[in-house]
Amino acid sequence: MNPSAGSGAGSAVGSVLGSVARRVRSVLPPIVVGVGLLVAWQLFVQVRHIKPYLLPPPSAIWHQIASNRSGILHAARVTGTNALVGLLAGLVLGVGAGAVASRFRWLGELTIPVAVAVNAIPIIALVPIFNNMFSTTSAIPRRLMVTIIVFFPIFMNTLRGLTQVDATKEELMRSYAASPGTVLRKVRVPHALPFLFTGLKIASSLSVIAAVVAEYFGGLQDGLGSHIVSAASNSAYGRAWAFVAASCALGLAFYFVTILAERVFVPWQPARRSR
Amino acid sequence: MSGPSGGGRVGGGGPVGGGGPAVLVAGVSKVFNPGRTGQVEAVRGVDLEIERGEFISLIGPSGCGKSTLLRLVANLTDPTSGTVIVNGKTARQARLDQAYGMAFQQSGLFEWRTVTKNIELPLELRGWDRVRRQSRAAEMLKLVKLEDFADHHPWELSGGMQQRVAIARALAFDPPLLLMDEPFGALDEMTREHMQAELNRICEATGTTAVFVTHSIPEAVFLSDRVVVLSPRPGRIVTVVEVELGARNDDTRETPEFFKKITEVREALRGSA
Ligand SMILES: Nc1ncnc2c1ncn2[C@@H]1O[C@H](COP(=O)(O)OP(=O)(O)OP(=O)(O)O)[C@@H](O)[C@H]1O
Ligand SMILES: [Mg+2]
Repeated sequence: MNPSAGSGAGSAVGSVLGSVARRVRSVLPPIVVGVGLLVAWQLFVQVRHIKPYLLPPPSAIWHQIASNRSGILHAARVTGTNALVGLLAGLVLGVGAGAVASRFRWLGELTIPVAVAVNAIPIIALVPIFNNMFSTTSAIPRRLMVTIIVFFPIFMNTLRGLTQVDATKEELMRSYAASPGTVLRKVRVPHALPFLFTGLKIASSLSVIAAVVAEYFGGLQDGLGSHIVSAASNSAYGRAWAFVAASCALGLAFYFVTILAERVFVPWQPARRSR
Repeated sequence: MSGPSGGGRVGGGGPVGGGGPAVLVAGVSKVFNPGRTGQVEAVRGVDLEIERGEFISLIGPSGCGKSTLLRLVANLTDPTSGTVIVNGKTARQARLDQAYGMAFQQSGLFEWRTVTKNIELPLELRGWDRVRRQSRAAEMLKLVKLEDFADHHPWELSGGMQQRVAIARALAFDPPLLLMDEPFGALDEMTREHMQAELNRICEATGTTAVFVTHSIPEAVFLSDRVVVLSPRPGRIVTVVEVELGARNDDTRETPEFFKKITEVREALRGSA
């Protein structure tokens, strides 16, 4: 199975080729599936003569993307900024709250059920109320929405990571007479990092969804969400789909940046998974 | 690489010598959750004196309180009554002074640290500088024959190799006392015997006092100067079997004396049940 043949110079080249081959093998299937789906979609729409207001073909959407390029880029930058600001604020608040809750066991036990319950309700429904609280030219309601939505996965995963250190590691540190600060620095924080990134991966996708959907409910209308709404209400379905595609791309970009950051900050975790 | 004495390690204070017993357990009892539901008496009235340089095994049926007794010596839990003295200090003071090294049934390695960095952890906590840490870690890796895995992460190692790293980590700062809770529990028979021989060699070479919890009678006999047999819960000392096998090697396992001691421990365990 393993390409571990050869020795000396040959094996160095071999291992580089091997790692390239492995990367290609892990990236290729999703690309093939994606392209396959697009082709199937195109064929389905053409063969069955689907009406464009039901489902435009990918070629038409691509045409719309090309002709609205600057508008899409501008809207994506606005939505991307909203998502990023909200995400960073949620990250700071979530990690901070997780750290505080982890210091006091009762606080964690108290907040986790509340957090789970709050997480289950459609917080996005609050946007119209936020919009009334701030002026119509304010970007705050959308960003606030993002912050609240990303807070929960980050908070819960941070808290879990900081507190659920296995008993053996805890007892080992106790046997070393390590101070609480040392245990935090050398055990709890590194232990929590993979958990934090699990939360961040959920949060990064959620942040874009929240930033796009928040505009459906009014407020400042200059992001991807408002363009989707206005194009759809003008029966410009191809254009609406173009902005939807841009939203998808933005969400993926956020997700991939998070994965890259995970590889940098948690180098031991992906390696374990790749085995 | 053989020990300073070469022969049996027991008696006369051992290679380290001087200053009273390494561990003194006097009238120690432990009750978990006293007065509450789930009250469990784990250990009752244990008296045990361990000489410096001595290798002691604790053996007994599952749940009889072996781990609890070890954790009492390590001051990871407090006795309900009785006292534990380690190297002339209270168990708590001994822990604060980092007077012992500990290896658990789970290796307890930190997955974000390489093998070398794992071994260096207790040295970091004692404020050793980097050069000294690195040279000691390299030395320890040689001792457990894992030099080639210095920069690997724990998940790249087999269970037995991880266990050896944990033992190297427990030994790294030359603790006068080594506490081990079934460290070879998860290993196959061959690796296990190899590790027993390694541990025997290390303890002989360094004159370390060791308390070793195990379920395996041959393991206890092979490693120990004395095997302490505990009763079912609440754990009390039934018998202490003296083992005088001299210097141990693979041939020791074939000697009549070895089998005689195994039978003796087995009968003590049967009698206690
Ligand atoms: N922290 C604890 N709280 C309550 N009860 C405990 C605790 N630790 C151990 N016990 C109880 O004390 C008894 C002895 O446990 P201990 O772990 O010392 O057994 P053991 O001899 O090590 O068993 P094994 O050989 O299976 O590891 C058990 O009945 C166990 O349920
Ligand atoms: Mg046990």
